[in-house]
Amino acid sequence: MTVDLAAPGQAGSLVLSASDINVVYHGSRPTWAVRDVSLDLRRGEVLGLAGESGCGKSTLAYALTRLLRPPGDLTSGQVLFHDTGPDGDGSTVDITTLAGEQLRQFRWRKVAMVFQGAMNALNPVLTVRRQLADTLAAHLPGQSRDERDERCAELLELVGIDRSRLRAYPHQLSGGMRQRVMIAMALALRPDVVIMDEPTTALDVVVQRDILREIDRLRQQFGFAVVFITHDLSLLLEISDRIAIMYAGRVVEHGPARRIGSEPGHPYTAGLLNCFPSLRGPRRDLRGVPGNPPDLAEPLVRCGFTDRCRHVFADCREIVPPLSEVDYLPGGAVACLLHDGHRHPAGPPPELHGIDRPPGTVGGAPAAPAGDTGRTIGERA
Amino acid sequence: MTGGRGAAQLEVRGLVKEYNLGSTLRRQPFRAVDDVSFTLTSGQTVALVGESGSGKSTIARMLARLTRPTAGTIALDGTPVGQRAAAVRRYRGDVQMVFQDPFSSLNPSHTVGYHLRRPLRLHGVVHDRASERAEVLALLRRVSLNPAEQYLHKYPYELSGGQRQRVAIARALAPRPRVLLADEPVSMLDVSIRLEILNLIDRLKSEDDLAVLYITHDLATARHFSTELLVLYRGAVVERGGSDEVILEPAHPYTSLLASAAPDPLGRRELVPLDVVGSTEAAEAARRPTGGAVTGCRFAPRCPYAAEICAQDPPPFPVPADQPGGTMPADGRRPGIHLARCWLHDPEGRHPGRSSVAMSR
Repeated sequence: MTVDLAAPGQAGSLVLSASDINVVYHGSRPTWAVRDVSLDLRRGEVLGLAGESGCGKSTLAYALTRLLRPPGDLTSGQVLFHDTGPDGDGSTVDITTLAGEQLRQFRWRKVAMVFQGAMNALNPVLTVRRQLADTLAAHLPGQSRDERDERCAELLELVGIDRSRLRAYPHQLSGGMRQRVMIAMALALRPDVVIMDEPTTALDVVVQRDILREIDRLRQQFGFAVVFITHDLSLLLEISDRIAIMYAGRVVEHGPARRIGSEPGHPYTAGLLNCFPSLRGPRRDLRGVPGNPPDLAEPLVRCGFTDRCRHVFADCREIVPPLSEVDYLPGGAVACLLHDGHRHPAGPPPELHGIDRPPGTVGGAPAAPAGDTGRTIGERA
Repeated sequence: MTGGRGAAQLEVRGLVKEYNLGSTLRRQPFRAVDDVSFTLTSGQTVALVGESGSGKSTIARMLARLTRPTAGTIALDGTPVGQRAAAVRRYRGDVQMVFQDPFSSLNPSHTVGYHLRRPLRLHGVVHDRASERAEVLALLRRVSLNPAEQYLHKYPYELSGGQRQRVAIARALAPRPRVLLADEPVSMLDVSIRLEILNLIDRLKSEDDLAVLYITHDLATARHFSTELLVLYRGAVVERGGSDEVILEPAHPYTSLLASAAPDPLGRRELVPLDVVGSTEAAEAARRPTGGAVTGCRFAPRCPYAAEICAQDPPPFPVPADQPGGTMPADGRRPGIHLARCWLHDPEGRHPGRSSVAMSR
C-alpha cells in the first residue's frame, strides 16, 4: 500500500491536549477515579501511562475517547484535538463537546483504541473479514465491496498476517494474531492517535516483543501518536518517549522516559521501579510498594501516597502536593513536597534517585506506619 | 512455630503426560509433558519457566496429584506415591499447592477462618478447639495478616488480591507441608504487591526449610527467587542449571530468545535476530499439536541456528553447555549442572554452525 501519511514536518506538534479532566463514578459512594489530570500528546510520540490497578489509567483513556459509560461521568475538563494531520483541516475541536453524528465521525477516524483483553474484544461468531469490513462500512459507506475487501486484506498484511486469514474466526487465531487483528482494526481509518490499553498483558513475552516491534514499525510508517497504558513500568521505559505515572486518580509525575527510569522524582515512581527485579543485574532485595492506595471515594486532602511513603514528613499530611516543575528534573513535573525548597529545605533524599542502589537501601527501612507523623528527612540522614 | 517435619526430597523422574485430542475414532495423542525430571530439596527453590502451553501447570498438577501422569515416577523421600486414598492424603499433607488465581481458589461463601480450619482438621494437625483457634491465628500471623483476629471472620470478597493470596498461602501451610508448589502465584496480582508475595514465600521457605517449586513465565523473578532453573519448551526441558548461569549465559537459543524478549529496565542488550525467530507464522506452525512423536528438535522451526541435523534427530540430552565456568557454583549456592538440549553443544560437533555461533547474551 502507499505510504503517504508519514509527515515528518508535522512531528512534534500537539495533537491532543487534555486539561483538568475529572471523572466520577456515581453511586451510593461517588468515586473520583480521575482527578485534575492534564496531559499533552505530540504527533508521533509514545506516551506511556503507568500505575497500579485502580489508579484511573483506563478510566482516563475512556474519558479521552468519550467512551465512558454511566455511572462514569466526565464532570469537568476539556480534551482538545488539533486536527493538523496530513488529511486534517487544521481546526481544533473540544472532544468533550462533540455529540451525535459529529462524535461518531470523530471516533476511530481521529482517535482509535486497542482495548484491554483483545482476546475477548473480537466477536467469536464473525470472521475477521466481517469485523474489519464493519469498521470500514460504518465510516466509509461510499466504498465498493471489492475496495473494502482489498482494504481488509491490506490491513491484515500490514500487521504481518497472511490475507488468507481473512476467512478465519477469532478462535482459529492465536492470542498474538488476535491482538494484531485488533491493531489492524484500530489503524483501519488511519487515525492520528491510537490509545492502547494493556495491549500485551495477556501475551507471552516473545509474542509481546513481536507486537511491540510491530507497533513501533507502524508508528514510524504512519506517524500516529500512541498512548500506551500498562502496569508494567519496565516495559514502558523501553518503548515510550515520555511517561506519566498515575496514582489514586492523579498524575503524580511525568517526564522523559529515560529520566523517569534513572532519576524518579516521586517516591511512588521509585517504588514502581522497585517492583521489577532486573533480569541481568545483580540480585537485590526488592520490596515493591507495600500498602494500599487510598479510598477514592474519600476527598483527597493530603498527598495520597502518605501512608506508603518512606520519606513522608509533616507537611505531606497538610496539603495535596501540586504537580510542579522541578529545575533539576527537566522536561516534566512531580507532585511531591520533597522537591519543595520551602517546605523541605533539605531537598530530596539521595536514595530516591537511581534504581541501581546498593543492596539494603531499597527495602532496608520499613514503610513508615500511618501514625508516624513526626519523622523528617533530617532525622534519617 | 516451625511447620517443617524434617528435610524432604521430592524426586520427579521421566514425567510424561499425554492428552488425547480429536474424537474417539480418530485419536491423536498430544504430549503436554515429555520426559521431565528434577528434584526438589528442602530450603531450595526450583523455578520452572516457559510460555503458556509449555506444560508448566500440568507438571504442577501432576505433582499435586490433581492429574495422573501417563508415565514417570514421583517419589517423596525415595518412596513412590501410593494410589490408595490414605497414601494420597498423607502425600498431600506433605506437598501443598498455591494456585494462580486467588479470586477463584478461595470459596466465596466461607470465611478466612473456615479455609484455614479445614486443612487443620482434615490432616489431623489439631485435636481440640482451643489449639485449632491458636493454630489458625498463628497461620495468619505467619503470612503477615495482622491483626489476625480481624481476618478470621472475613469473607474473600472483603480482601484485596494480595490478602487473598496470603490466605491461600496460609491454607497451604496449614497441614505443615514440606514441599510447596507455587503455580504462577503472583501473575494475577497487581505489580506493586507481587514482590511482597514472592518475598513472603521466600521467607517461609527459609523458616520452614520448605522445598519450593516456583512456576512462572517471568524470567526476572524466576532468577531472583530460585537457585535452579528449568526452561520448558512445548513440554520438554530444553535448558537447566543454576539460575544465574541459565539467564546470564543462556546456552539454548530458546532461552536466549526468552531472555532477550523480556523487558529489562536496567540491562542493555543485543537482541537475538527476532525477525527470524519470532516470526509469527513460524511460531504459529510450531504451536500446532503434531501428534505424539517428535522427530528432531521441537524448537527447530523457530530457531535461527537450525541446521539439517536439528530437523532430523532429537538433540542429545543432557549436553553440558560448553562455557568456561558454566558449572561453577555461584556464591555458595547449590551447583546445578548447566545443561542444554541443543545440537549446538553436541560434543562431537555435528552441528555445522557450531564454531561460528556466538550466542546472544
